[in-house]
Amino acid sequence: MSNYKVLVSKLGLDGHDRGAKVVARALKDAGFDVIYTGIRQTPEQVVEAAIQEDVDVIGVSILSGAHIHHVSRLMKLLRERGLNVPVVVGGTIPIPDVPRLKQMGVREVFLPGSSLKEIINVVRRLAEEKRRAEQQA
Amino acid sequence: MVKLFNNESIEKIREALKKWEKETLPLSLQRFPERMERFTTLSNIEVKRIYTPADLADHDYFEKLGLPGEYPFTRGIHATMYRGRLWTMRMFSGYGGPEETNKRLKFLIKHGETGLSLAFDYPTLVGIDSDDPMASGEVGICGVAVDTLKDMEIIFDGINLGEVTTNMTINPPAPVLLSMYVAVAEKQGVPYDRVGGTTQNDPLKEFIAQKSYVFPPEPAVKIAMDVVEWSVKNLPKWNPISISGYHIREAGSDAVQELAFTLADGIAYVRHLVERGMDVDEFAPRLSFFFDSHINFFEEIAKFRAARRMWAKIMKEWFGAKKPRSWWLRFHTQTAGVSLTAQQPWNNIVRTTIEALAAVLGGTQSLHTNALDEPFRVPSELAAKIALRTQQIIAYETGVADTVDPLAGSYYVEWLTDEIEERAWRYIERIERMGGMIEAVKKGYPQREITETSYRFQREVEEGKRFIVGVNIFVDEVEDEIRNVPLLEIDQEEIEARQKERLRKIRESRNKAKVERALAELRRAAERGENIMPYVLTAVKAYATLGEIMGTLKEVYGEWVEPPLI
Repeated sequence: MSNYKVLVSKLGLDGHDRGAKVVARALKDAGFDVIYTGIRQTPEQVVEAAIQEDVDVIGVSILSGAHIHHVSRLMKLLRERGLNVPVVVGGTIPIPDVPRLKQMGVREVFLPGSSLKEIINVVRRLAEEKRRAEQQA
Repeated sequence: MVKLFNNESIEKIREALKKWEKETLPLSLQRFPERMERFTTLSNIEVKRIYTPADLADHDYFEKLGLPGEYPFTRGIHATMYRGRLWTMRMFSGYGGPEETNKRLKFLIKHGETGLSLAFDYPTLVGIDSDDPMASGEVGICGVAVDTLKDMEIIFDGINLGEVTTNMTINPPAPVLLSMYVAVAEKQGVPYDRVGGTTQNDPLKEFIAQKSYVFPPEPAVKIAMDVVEWSVKNLPKWNPISISGYHIREAGSDAVQELAFTLADGIAYVRHLVERGMDVDEFAPRLSFFFDSHINFFEEIAKFRAARRMWAKIMKEWFGAKKPRSWWLRFHTQTAGVSLTAQQPWNNIVRTTIEALAAVLGGTQSLHTNALDEPFRVPSELAAKIALRTQQIIAYETGVADTVDPLAGSYYVEWLTDEIEERAWRYIERIERMGGMIEAVKKGYPQREITETSYRFQREVEEGKRFIVGVNIFVDEVEDEIRNVPLLEIDQEEIEARQKERLRKIRESRNKAKVERALAELRRAAERGENIMPYVLTAVKAYATLGEIMGTLKEVYGEWVEPPLI
């Protein structure tokens, strides 16, 4: 079986890429194939990259406060394209926004202070689920 | 050569140390084994158990320290430092539209801040208008939205620009925002020689860390240096550049890297200006710097002191500057946003206090203290006020500002100052060998160094080698309540709609022919390689938008796309 493939992306205009890069590095070290898109991505670009690379999980990092706006567009676009890839979000997300993101279909929200171990475990579980679902289908 | 201690004293101390290690220390170690095998600063510099004059055996007082206001300025750039004038309390602020920001500036002035500092939203930082599709959802969140001169007029409504100084954290669009500021000053009847403040205007660290770049490295530096040249000739009180380590640090570097990369950026700018034919003593006194103040207290103080000493040497010995003012490293400091935690956020007040104290003991010229809610959003009024009060307590209650450079002569602080300097020189030499910072940036060298350091730090936190209270030690089991601090409410959609509406009206009512002419002339000037500042100023006064001016420049200079490195 091939390695799990994860897309790590920065949605929107903010340039705070420290967290995204640290997470991307940690996933890589944990054996994932990691596609890092870099900063200033639009939801369209993220979806396009996810399709092109056939990823198992999409990870999005936002530290600008514009997470509700961008993630809702991303989720809508994924639905429109019929793409069933789990999405996780990380960044400076205030607690009251967590249920809002989950309602949109985001599988997990990593708040500041989340450990790399926790992130790796969740991403692995979501990737496994996705592959299993594909096999059954 | 004036040594701090004579050889005989040093010998006696060394002997005493040996005896101490044999007789006194073992007992202590037996009773209280040390907490860690290896103690290190955040820059991974190993800290010894004790420092004595023996660690400063070869220390030459005048070479290393001197007196404040004199070369090499380790002890401060002014003879009296804060006894004469306290540092400027300059709170980085701005959110929503210009109306909200005008109100916030007046609130902070009322509560005693002594300088202004504008935070712009992301669309403004990357030079696009509020009605650009890429701006959707981002207008007014991380700072104030500015599209045209009209917005700047509202921001400074009722604030006399002849009586305050303003920092603007703006980089690629610096020529535009400076022109807007100057145009507002003109409208208020303030003469150019009374317009004071700072444009950050430091393009190299955008590629390294802050990532609000627009143009490729060479034209980015060219445009920034246009601002410097124009300001030096027209705005004698303006600091046209703030060479910034802050963002480098926040992006995950350590203190040594922050210092080295910042000075290497400065060297690249000085070289560019000299190649332009400017006299180093004409512009060097207007260069300013900006550093982070992180939580490892003594390391930060040592960093600030080393920075002054190194820059003085660079300007005097490398570039042959003659005026003492050209040797000064004047700097603004911001406490470390990255050191703050979303967990138990009230503790952030304490972190900020310690970091602010380090900045003051390090001799900063101005200071921003972060608000406790920084991990979530731009600060609420209350949080911003507490942050300002933190500085006021340090200034007026603690007595730390009453004597110059009070930590000079601390065996540890002096040793650490030397150590950080030594390590920073090694980085600078490496960058010089690559052909200077512009080349190093294009190769991704500082970017990779920072990624390595931040990844190492994160692993150390997770392995329990570094502690962060509330994160990996003294963690609250249930923390939802305490994590919920009252946050500033921003009606983002309303603000975005308001900005777009104002922009629409301006586009309709302005003299279109005048705007088009100004943009065409700007384009020609850029193509000819002229200094673009006078043309940007004309366009701004005709109410050309930020996006139109930046768009014109992008067509001439191109845009930077970063290769995604991890």
